[in-house]
Amino acid sequence: MNERKIRVLVAKPGLDGHDRGAKVVARALRDAGMEVIYTGLRQTPEMIAEAALQEDVDVVGLSILSGAHMALVPRILELLKANGLENVKVFIGGIIPDEDLPRLKEMGVSGIYGPGTSTEEIIKQVRESVKN
Amino acid sequence: MQLAKELLSGNRLALSRLLTQVENDTPEGRSALIEIFPHTGKAHIIGVTGGPGTGKSTLVNQLGLCFRKHKNPKVAIVAVDPSSPFTGGAVLGDRVRMRDLAGDEGIFIRSMASRGSLGGLARATAGLVQVFDAAGFEIILIETVGAGQAEVDVARLAHTTLVVEAPGLGDEIQANKAGLMEIADILVVNKADRPGVENTLKALKSALELAHPVRHVFQHHGQVEVVEAPDQAEESSWIPPILKTIATDGSGVSELIVEIYRHKENMRESGDWAARERSRLGSELDAMLQEALVFGFREKIPASHYEHVLDKIIQRKLAPRDAVKTLLNGGSK
Ligand SMILES: Nc1nc2c(ncn2[C@@H]2O[C@H](COP(=O)(O)OP(=O)(O)O)[C@@H](O)[C@H]2O)c(=O)[nH]1
Ligand SMILES: [Mg+2]
Repeated sequence: MNERKIRVLVAKPGLDGHDRGAKVVARALRDAGMEVIYTGLRQTPEMIAEAALQEDVDVVGLSILSGAHMALVPRILELLKANGLENVKVFIGGIIPDEDLPRLKEMGVSGIYGPGTSTEEIIKQVRESVKN
Repeated sequence: MQLAKELLSGNRLALSRLLTQVENDTPEGRSALIEIFPHTGKAHIIGVTGGPGTGKSTLVNQLGLCFRKHKNPKVAIVAVDPSSPFTGGAVLGDRVRMRDLAGDEGIFIRSMASRGSLGGLARATAGLVQVFDAAGFEIILIETVGAGQAEVDVARLAHTTLVVEAPGLGDEIQANKAGLMEIADILVVNKADRPGVENTLKALKSALELAHPVRHVFQHHGQVEVVEAPDQAEESSWIPPILKTIATDGSGVSELIVEIYRHKENMRESGDWAARERSRLGSELDAMLQEALVFGFREKIPASHYEHVLDKIIQRKLAPRDAVKTLLNGGSK
């Protein structure tokens, strides 16, 4: 019998242009033994929730640099829930102002990481989040 | 049990969860495969293989779109990418090229890591295909790892195998090197917008003639002599067609679909469909039988006994083949 691998969807919602950070995180998670489904740029919330359903992931990682997080994140969480995926953990990486952190956490986001966060820290928290 | 029932009633979340159970070979996955088996055998399974970067994912995206327009079948896609041999992790990136398929309920894309398998598919790919088949997906597209080595496993699993080539990926045709020519039912030269297409076409044609020798008819002293190609006498008349596509804009894809349907018709009429089914299910049965026999046998003998025999092999006191005899006879030489 195979062990259960942690499956992570890495997506970049919104219209801003580059996905370097998302790719670095995707590779780090792979090097930590996880299976990362990489979906690329300009994903709509609908596309992300659909991909999470089809791929049966444990975790969704969102890279958001556009400042549109307060519009995108609630919508994505809502759609995940509508798909029956309320147990999927959502992490955000990007530039998120401090004043938005409490509200995002309240909505159910499991972790929020600014540009300087080490990948070790992200890996550790992703692992912990899927344990319980 | 529950998942299998919900799957059969069309629940997409149950489908997805069951795919995971089957991929992880869990007890629930195993028993679900038994339960759904009577509902399988209806899908047309299409393999897409070829070297890295030839455009397989992009082509699968177009095939998905085009199949849906054509006869509106439900389409499943299984895209396999390699696992890292060092960490066991993987980045599965085929979805990036399949974004046009988002938002269509009739399409379901599942990415899979190879998890150590070397033949271009993962161990559990066949199981995932069965789940999709039972769930009523009429077209199942499988994209292989595409690492350039001989990815022949897909030909055993699929009814129709597409081998994708592209110009400008080195002088020699990749498929030729990797022995892919023998498994191709349809050859696709993708990136037909790129320079060098004509050379690739020419090279493919001559490689194809080597792999699928046609009947040669000689005029010999006025008498017609027919030389049967070796081992082909009883095989079907299907000669793999070569098609040009531009996957980035969809050119040539509807022609490709026509050929895919034509291949299916041809196989049904020639009896190849049934023959492939028989050989595929036969090898599956063999594999399971072997696994069960070995497992059952190992359960019956004490581990210490097995280790003892293994020690003798390592000391070169017993050859492996003799060791098998010893073990089967219950002796402990
Ligand atoms: N010019 C051109 N580029 C293509 C075509 N099909 C795919 N590509 C590009 O080739 C690259 C590899 O494609 P991908 O589908 O990921 O290849 P795969 O590795 O075989 O799955 C991507 O940048 C595609 O945009 C085509 O028909 N013409
Ligand atoms: Mg690909």
